[in-house]
Amino acid sequence: MTLTVLAVDDSRTMRDLLRKALSEAGFTVHTADDGVHGLETLETCAPDVIITDINMPRMDGFGFIEAVRGDARRGRIPILTLTTESAPEMKQRAREAGATGWIVKPFDKDKLVAAIRRVAA
Amino acid sequence: MSELDELRGGFFEECEDLLTVLAEGLQQLSDGDDDRETVNAVFRAVHSIKGGAGAFGLDVLVNFAHKFETSLNELRDARIPKSEHVIGVFLRASDILADLVAAMRDETATDDAAIEASLEEIVALIPVKPGAEKVDESYAPMSLDFGADEPAGFEPAALETLDFTPEPVAAIEAPVGPAVWLLTFRPATGLYARGNEPLLLLRALAALGPCEIELDTESLPALGDLGPEDAGLAWRIRLETEAKEEEIFEIFEFVADDCALEAVPAESGPGAAAAEDIPDFAAPAFDAPAFEPAPEPAAAAEPAPAEPAPAKASAPKGEDGGKAGEGKGGDGAKASIRVDTDRIERLVNLAGELVITHAMLTQRIAEAGLARHAAIAEGLDEFRMLTRDVQESVMAIRAQPVRPLFQRMTRIVREAAHATGKSVKLVTDGEGTEVDKTIVERLADPLTHMIRNAVDHGIESAEKRADAGKPSEGTIRLSAAQRSGRIVIEIADDGAGINRPRVLSIAKEKKLIPADAELSDSEIDNLLFMPGFSTAKEVSALSGRGVGMDVVKRAIQALGGRTIISSKPGEGSVFSISLPLTLAVLDGVVVRVADQTLVAPLAAIVETCRPTKADLKRMGPRDHVLLVRGEPLPIVDIGAELGFRPPVESPLDSVLMVAETEGGARCALLVDDIFDQRQVVIKGLEEGFGRTRGVAAATILGDGRIALILDVDALVREASGPHGAGHVMALTG
Amino acid sequence: MNEAQEDRRVARREVVVFRVCEDEYCIAIGSVREIRRWSEATRLPRTPHFVKGVINLRGLVLPVIDFAARIGLGDTVTTSRHSTIVVEVRGHLLGLLVETVTDILSIPETDFQPTPALAGDETNEMVSGVILLNDRLLRIVDVDRFAPHVETEPA
Repeated sequence: MTLTVLAVDDSRTMRDLLRKALSEAGFTVHTADDGVHGLETLETCAPDVIITDINMPRMDGFGFIEAVRGDARRGRIPILTLTTESAPEMKQRAREAGATGWIVKPFDKDKLVAAIRRVAA
Repeated sequence: MSELDELRGGFFEECEDLLTVLAEGLQQLSDGDDDRETVNAVFRAVHSIKGGAGAFGLDVLVNFAHKFETSLNELRDARIPKSEHVIGVFLRASDILADLVAAMRDETATDDAAIEASLEEIVALIPVKPGAEKVDESYAPMSLDFGADEPAGFEPAALETLDFTPEPVAAIEAPVGPAVWLLTFRPATGLYARGNEPLLLLRALAALGPCEIELDTESLPALGDLGPEDAGLAWRIRLETEAKEEEIFEIFEFVADDCALEAVPAESGPGAAAAEDIPDFAAPAFDAPAFEPAPEPAAAAEPAPAEPAPAKASAPKGEDGGKAGEGKGGDGAKASIRVDTDRIERLVNLAGELVITHAMLTQRIAEAGLARHAAIAEGLDEFRMLTRDVQESVMAIRAQPVRPLFQRMTRIVREAAHATGKSVKLVTDGEGTEVDKTIVERLADPLTHMIRNAVDHGIESAEKRADAGKPSEGTIRLSAAQRSGRIVIEIADDGAGINRPRVLSIAKEKKLIPADAELSDSEIDNLLFMPGFSTAKEVSALSGRGVGMDVVKRAIQALGGRTIISSKPGEGSVFSISLPLTLAVLDGVVVRVADQTLVAPLAAIVETCRPTKADLKRMGPRDHVLLVRGEPLPIVDIGAELGFRPPVESPLDSVLMVAETEGGARCALLVDDIFDQRQVVIKGLEEGFGRTRGVAAATILGDGRIALILDVDALVREASGPHGAGHVMALTG
Repeated sequence: MNEAQEDRRVARREVVVFRVCEDEYCIAIGSVREIRRWSEATRLPRTPHFVKGVINLRGLVLPVIDFAARIGLGDTVTTSRHSTIVVEVRGHLLGLLVETVTDILSIPETDFQPTPALAGDETNEMVSGVILLNDRLLRIVDVDRFAPHVETEPA
């Protein structure tokens, strides 16, 4: 079964990289430019897992995660945060917002795929 | 181009945008903008550059961006003030960052001294937090390595940053060969609420080696105590694996704080002896409050069925069946694709064909006497509009806003102002105006020079400005606008204006013009564009460098553009550059020479005239010069130069076009007649198959015939070779 | 390229036969892109006399060589009955002005003969072999020898 991933990142490069890495691994990839766009995109696609950046315009990753978690329709969808912040407090904040896990940028493709496999099937 | 190269190219394209956002944001902050979102945007821009740079292993860039970002974070969190000094440091850092990006992109050397200096400034901004952990200055980048099958290289960094491993573990040598681990895994409620799924984790564990998983029913609460959202299940696992300890813990990385996890090595296997020395493996980190009954606001945590995962059976493997590039849609309104420029080139050419075909069709219909047939005329008109729409749409693909170009000029003004000790601000207007990509790229150098010139020569010193009752800060206004099918870029300063008497005397002194020449104001202004003219008494470090405005004019001309100066003493000068929207078409003057129809680029033609006897002076037995306001111009007989006919006896019956070469030399081109002025589609002539000296390209006229486009420069250069040299030498000094 | 094609069909080779100044020439059909009626060319200044100029081939600026002039048989006075053979020479298209295209023939390979040893005049420079067909002599033109660097070298 092909998993569908929604990748939310304001950096075009990062979206391109994610799209390439995930497509090659056999995932179906949707992308969104920021949290608001991510929520809009969720109305039209039902991803098996969401990967989101933290620092984004309009709505940041924390806000996005909270909004997704607060929506009963997709309360438990796995959400991985993708951020260069490796500091523990960033992870803690993401966890508090409801993130399932995290990936540190720059990501390693195998690690990324392994992380997704650990939270979605 | 490989896909990774393409991504890399995409990254640098994005960097351009991000650098623009950065520069604009900092400028706004410097202008007193107090919007928090502005700081955020600035921060994000640097952050995104860092993120991308890391992916491509551009360590120097990552390191710089990281420190820049760290300082910006201090600004964002208001730990450092938005003072002039601070913004100044950031502005300089943004310049260095732009240079660094360019160096990485072009793979050229970096200016390490400048980087070091800027880094020092940036780091100095970061307040020292007493007792706080030291600033993470050595951000360790890990480059993205598609296809490289070496997760091991990634390991140490991951361990350092993701501190989920108990402290002493690093010291333990992982046993070689399979070892047996006994694990207990007890999820807490939060694990489910955050979307984690024990089944998947157990499956990942099973992928490491033969694995027996047993549900720990003892820990199940009594039915009466069972909360709907509680986590109640726990598992005991016996895992035989060659995997390192870290790999086991990595599986539980995300849930480390949401479960109780114990992992101890069991006997059996070569590593058993060593493992026995470890008394208690349950590190404090995993002693999270396991079965706390506090319900979390989440969906019902329904326990996963306790199915013993069959060993290896459901190991997660890459689904090879899935094809790459399946992602479609979902990109929303901003969706864009990258297209090979060759394909666009082809489209541009085809659109040009369409224009020509339309012209031909129109002519043939007229020849057939059908032009007044209402239905045909209507259809033809629709065809014309459609053709124009197609052409404009195609041109729009290549069009880019001048914003990044203008943005760069802010920096130029800043540096130039700093170098001259003047206070100058740049005001930009019409940054959204779009123009052909190539033109934007090739405009950078001339524009830089003109801006520098405006700061250096246009704006007066603060004292002089004060004397003239002007504000001490000078203003340069850079604007772009589309006017009747062309782009007009203006550089206006509020300086002293051109000192015409001085310009005139310098030109005479340097023998650029005859000592008795009488010139109009605009002719004097245009002397600035003559090669060898420089008004600065000493070559200034800034705008000197042996490059004059003649080079600027030449560069603009090469783009099919024209440069116009207007200046008012005491009020300032305006340099207007008028450019075509695209390089695929050319504004040309269609002329007749012998039986040939030729096209001269309009940008090279200054004026045209039918000479009278008084305008002509004989030079030698055959040649004439044309006198234009006291300036003798050599006459180049195009027909004779190109061998279409013998030289004319006298230029009296001909038409003369005063042309200016890229080098600034002026001469009069003699043609038999001028038909009209129109836009023509440029058709390249293939090297060796048709390109000859004096001919730059070709175009196809409405009747389907090919007309050659003259290479005015080459013609003048040659004409001034053996016999015309004297005049041109005299002209150019 | 032509050789490879010809190798596959060992038995016969197809050639386009044309006439210039009473003589017959032929070009391997693989090199010929199209044949069109002569249309007046735009002169290219400062080119050798055998460069006829450029014509508009559906939007492409096509240089045309006067075949007769090129092989030293004198400049052609063109009429509307003349033809242009568009050939591909090393990835470039080139027009050859000829009197008239007469035939497309399938010639047994065995009929191809080397050029009789004559003085290295301009004709032989362009001809790589001959075909004897009853009493006709078809001169085989090697279009590669029309390659651009040879063509536009100023005399």
